[in-house]
This record gives sequence, structure tokens and C-alpha cells, in this order.
Amino acid sequence: MADITVDARGLQCPMPVIKTAQAIGKIDSGQTLEVIATDRGALSDIPAWAKDMGHALKEEFQADEEYHFVIQKS
Amino acid sequence: MTVHELDTGPEEAPAAEAQPEKEKMVIIAASGDLDKAWPVMILATTGAAYGMDVTIFFTFWGLSILKKPDAGITGDDWRQRMMSAFSKGSPNKLTLSKLNFGGLGAKFMKDLADEKNVASVQELLELSKTLGVKLWPCGMTMDLMGLEEDDLIDGLDSPAGAGSAISLMKEASISLFI
Repeated sequence: MADITVDARGLQCPMPVIKTAQAIGKIDSGQTLEVIATDRGALSDIPAWAKDMGHALKEEFQADEEYHFVIQKS
Repeated sequence: MTVHELDTGPEEAPAAEAQPEKEKMVIIAASGDLDKAWPVMILATTGAAYGMDVTIFFTFWGLSILKKPDAGITGDDWRQRMMSAFSKGSPNKLTLSKLNFGGLGAKFMKDLADEKNVASVQELLELSKTLGVKLWPCGMTMDLMGLEEDDLIDGLDSPAGAGSAISLMKEASISLFI
């Protein structure tokens, strides 16, 4: 279970990335954040953002047309 | 300057260097078309989400994005007044570069965006301020088009010129002209 969850369901590009960036500012290094999105762009945008920002993408899965990403803050 | 101030200078310098400087992104927004203003605001807010120091430099018709909805007819010269009458500006009045059909196309695009939950230019503009994006109106084009600071929305940086834009772009890792 992640420390916080970002519910970006229904939001379109660029909002899932922006909401994720805002949320990661609220957790400490080592803590995790789960993003749930429905925007197809998020499938590549969220992993790209995490990689570029140096955060680890711990988990990525799809369930019921929803994309889940678990990111650990660096 | 006192001797004391001179002495503290070198001690403060390393502390300032300890904070790594943020990468910079600059966008020159030169168009008042809805279909160009949108990507400007999407990329600017995303750049901020990437932890970048983002500046948008609004020039020529790009200034339309920053106009207050009630700016009305602006300028003293009849040519400025005529241009402002036909190009009202503010995010909700921007038109499409193609298939605008007297505003119908722009309305269709905005309605579709609304239905699909795509953030509007207005929303992204507000968000960009929250994220610390710097919004620079171009001083020369403001003068050319008869726009005063009062005609533009609040929360902008002081009007700047091409020199400031070049100076920023020289250091920026991403520079875009849209």
C-alpha cells in the first residue's frame, strides 16, 4: 500500500503528471505514491516523468481500464 | 557597502551553490490562436512538473492570452483600437487557426475539451501561476498594440524585451517558439 494515492482518473494530459508532481512534494524520500489514471498518455508519461526525476517506478499494472503506477520518491 | 558586508560575501557564496540550479525552459508565445495557446500552456505546466524553472514570453498576438476578459477596446491610436476590436483576447475568446468558422470551430473544440475533461487554457494559465511559471509580457508589443499593464491579467512579471528572452534562452535547456 502506497503512502499516498493520486486519483487522476478522468483527467487528461498534462494533468496526471502535474498532479503526481504536486503530490510527490508532500511525501518524504523513500515513501511511495500510487497514481491511478485513465488517460492513455499517462502510460508513457508517468514512467518517463519518474525516470527523468530520478524516482523509482516500483510497480505498474492495469486493472479495469485504469492504469496504476507506484512510484518511490528518491 | 560596509566592511562587514564585504566579509560575509564569500561565506554566503558556497551556501548558494549548494542548491543545484534548476534547469530552465523558455517558451516564446507569439500566437493568439487557441490551438497554439493550448500547447504553450500544456508544455509550460508540464515543464514546471518536471521541476524546471519555466518562463513564457508573450509577444505579438500571444499577448491576447494575457488580456483581461473585460479589457475591451484598447489603445489610443485608431489602428490599435481597430485591431483590439477584432481581436478581443483573453483565453476564452481565442480563435482556431483552422476551421474557426467565425468562432463556431473554437466553440466546438472547447466543448469537446470540456466533455473529455481536458483542462482549458484558462485553467492551465491559472495553474501555471500556482506552479511558479513566470509570465512575461513583451514591452515593445504592448506599446505597439496599445496595451497597458491594466489591460492584462494580474500575477504577471514586469514587461521585458528580446534581450531578456535571449539571455534566458542562452541558459535554457528547452527553448520553444510557438
